[in-house]
Amino acid sequence: MTAAPPTNRIGLTLNDYKGAPSTLCDGCGHDAITAQIIKAFYELGTEPHMVAKLSGIGCSSKTPAYFLNRSHGFNSVHGRMPSVATGVSMANHTLTMIGVSGDGDTASIGLGQFCHLVRRNVPMIYIIENNGVYGLTKGQFSATADLGSKAKSGVMNELPPIDLCGLAIELGCSFVGRSFAGDPKQLVALLKAAGSHQGTAVIDVISPCVTFNNHEGSTKSYKYAKEMETPLHELGYVPFFEQISVDYEPGSVQEVEMHDGSKIRLKKTDRDYDPTDEINAIVTIKKAHANKEFLTGLLYINENKEDFTTIMNVGDAALATLPESITRPPKSALDEIMAELM
Amino acid sequence: MNTLAEGSKEKLEQGRVVNDFSIQVATVNGSGSQSSNSVLMRSIFQMGIPVSGKNLFPSNIAGLPTWFTIRVNKDGYIARKAETEILIAMNPQTAIEDVKSLSSGAVCISPVELRLEAIRTDVLHYQVPFSELAAKASENMKLRKLLTNMLYVGIVAELLNIDHAQIETSIAKQFEGKTKAIDLNLNAVKIGRDWARENLKKQDPYAVEPMNKTQGKIIIDGNAAAALGSLFAGVTVVTWYPITPSSSLCEQLIDYLKDYRIEKESGKASFAVIQAEDELAAIGMALGAGWAGARSMTSTSGPGISLMAEFTGYGYFTEIPVVIFDVQRVGPSTGLPTRTSQADLISAHTLSHGDTKHIVLLPGSVAECYEMAGDAFELAEKFQTPIFVLTDLDLGMNNWMSDPFVYPTKPINRGKVMTAADIDKAGKFERYRDVDGDGIPYRTLPGTDHPQAAYFTRGSGHNEKAGYTEKPEDYVNLMDRLEKKFQTARAFVPPSVVSLEKFAIIGLIAYGSSDFAVEEARDQLKVANIATSYLRIKALPFTDELRKFVEGHDHVYVIEQNRDAQMRDLIRLELPDLAMKIRSVKHYDGLPIDARFVTDAIMEQER
Repeated sequence: MTAAPPTNRIGLTLNDYKGAPSTLCDGCGHDAITAQIIKAFYELGTEPHMVAKLSGIGCSSKTPAYFLNRSHGFNSVHGRMPSVATGVSMANHTLTMIGVSGDGDTASIGLGQFCHLVRRNVPMIYIIENNGVYGLTKGQFSATADLGSKAKSGVMNELPPIDLCGLAIELGCSFVGRSFAGDPKQLVALLKAAGSHQGTAVIDVISPCVTFNNHEGSTKSYKYAKEMETPLHELGYVPFFEQISVDYEPGSVQEVEMHDGSKIRLKKTDRDYDPTDEINAIVTIKKAHANKEFLTGLLYINENKEDFTTIMNVGDAALATLPESITRPPKSALDEIMAELM
Repeated sequence: MNTLAEGSKEKLEQGRVVNDFSIQVATVNGSGSQSSNSVLMRSIFQMGIPVSGKNLFPSNIAGLPTWFTIRVNKDGYIARKAETEILIAMNPQTAIEDVKSLSSGAVCISPVELRLEAIRTDVLHYQVPFSELAAKASENMKLRKLLTNMLYVGIVAELLNIDHAQIETSIAKQFEGKTKAIDLNLNAVKIGRDWARENLKKQDPYAVEPMNKTQGKIIIDGNAAAALGSLFAGVTVVTWYPITPSSSLCEQLIDYLKDYRIEKESGKASFAVIQAEDELAAIGMALGAGWAGARSMTSTSGPGISLMAEFTGYGYFTEIPVVIFDVQRVGPSTGLPTRTSQADLISAHTLSHGDTKHIVLLPGSVAECYEMAGDAFELAEKFQTPIFVLTDLDLGMNNWMSDPFVYPTKPINRGKVMTAADIDKAGKFERYRDVDGDGIPYRTLPGTDHPQAAYFTRGSGHNEKAGYTEKPEDYVNLMDRLEKKFQTARAFVPPSVVSLEKFAIIGLIAYGSSDFAVEEARDQLKVANIATSYLRIKALPFTDELRKFVEGHDHVYVIEQNRDAQMRDLIRLELPDLAMKIRSVKHYDGLPIDARFVTDAIMEQER
């Protein structure tokens, strides 16, 4: 007799958070991210039926089929998952939303929608699985490919990259992280923290394409990312339902308290990085580009920004399921309007 | 101050023309003439006389010519009429052309300094010292310009004998609660009226006399009517991007939602209106909201429809309810943004790449803009698909007289949505299976607490369980079911309105705002001994009446406002065996179609 598998705080097993088997290439960075998404939601103990998972088009956008089988999924059109997410959020703000996009989906065709999602601060986790190439169409450069990065065909990229984290901060994003598919510990902590955030949480994850962008000369390969990754801090997440207190040397840990009472614990490195300082975050990203550094961690967080649900002044219940008694004004209302038009 | 041309004497001798003429006011846009024109129109309306108003305006904020036409018609015809009997030529830029366009014997009211009498001697001129009178109305230069418009209201009121009491009521309504504005404007009307009484000798035949044909009626534009229909349909998520001529639909909806859909105690809204970054996002948001269970809508015009193509195809293929209002303007491209058209019919009906057919509703009046907005939300959820409501600039932005709207008689029906209990009862849930044989599957909403409730929505190939598939038989199965669903819709969309005339061998077919002109043209044709039956189409797919109607007549004319005879072509595709019986009358210059045009076009072909 085998032992019953472990369960989380709502009595579900890790399997209950899994999806269909992945059809991506063996070793794809995206699958590593999918595994951490499954783990994060399992460990958070989120009710799967209260999650909506969304995506655009591309290899990355296929992945919502590979996690959270018990959640409704919406694989939308290329670059336009943000608008769908905005509509879903307005219809039912009680859902937890996770969107998965790629660098082509977000930085090119979907750049406009991404900007406006961030500007509105629509509450959701927005993951960019960033590999610098278009995988499904066989390896063209994307807009996040670094200047001078070499394609598999040997062509050099001649245009500067769009830094989606820098852009998100510029647009007022209240949670911006960067991670690496090969750093599961940091990634799962970031994902969980993003789940506690009230607003758009953008996580740009370097996720190597093993088929089209994992060669020598690529700046988005496993080898390059592993060698170059420089964490800004050691990231820990303590959920509200598990208050653990650990004694740290004074000044060595920065704690950020989130809306739901969860805490992000940032153990400082010699960089002494403060993710609540917006200007410093922008400067750090700019300098990292100049110095060809690959910095990961929580780049910026602001827990005091109103999310779109608050701005739109909707009530506690989801608009989607309001009864007719609330959504259809009485006959007296029509009579009043008609009288004014006579 | 007035000159009478030789040629117009004859007209005067014919006697008075009561409650049957058109007044055209030519001004510059941004000059504030809109309030005066509304007051003029409303005052006549309040005297019980049927009126209709049309604003012909440029795509511009200020400084370009604009024309407002008020048609006064005792018989209740409210279509555009091409001829003008009374011109108020306030715009020096266009005055010469405006006067030239008048028929002999028409009336022209103009500022004295324009000296228009020299241009047309066969027109009756009333020349008015507007600047002098405006100086009396106010010391403020800026106000003088605005009040000049009220001066012509006074002059016309005196000439036509419009009740002063009605003008007072209309001004009070126009400037609701703003005592100072009411007084200033009333005074300007009085100055105009007094001057006209003392200085003009009435020499034209036109006059108004009270009737009782407007009692209990309302005046409203089609965009406000569609907004009201949406409000009472229980819309919860509204997404839009500003575009002429549809902007005022969502803007007026916002006002109504604020008045009637904010909970008093909590101050919380039972709706969300999002001004999107573009039409691509507007339809994406509306689809997302529809998918999550909201009654959602967007409103746009031609260029927005083009941008919405990909997402609309997604909505059709994945079966998501959403309502799309298209207030049509003249295309293609930017086209004539402030002119009317019915040329989006085929593009809306088949919007998207791939085999796609959408349900389209075609309101023919403001009352139907209201009713069909309600129908659209019901149909969208019943059929789980995007529903188009095609109006146009003429219907949407002009003021129309109508019977008051009727409160919905049926409760809101959210369609085939399964709850957790429903899934338990049925034992299973498969998103895209045709359980009932009508082509309409069942759906669940995100947040449904059941391990089998979730499904994955994808624009790629999907089987009955919403799983990914590229199998030929799965694709055919899906496409055939979508076709079946479309066929089911024939019995649920609003049926055509049929008016059969005994012994008529000619049938007329029209839709949307062409109705007003067609109704009037039928009477004109009758006078010419041409009896016609009439079928007005209210929706696509076509309903059963169409075939019978075409079969029952020797030949039919499809009257519409586009170059390519789009509806005629759709009917020919629908009834290929009857295609040769179907002729066309097309009006596509951007102005609303008028009865005389229809009558002439038919007489020409009947000769």
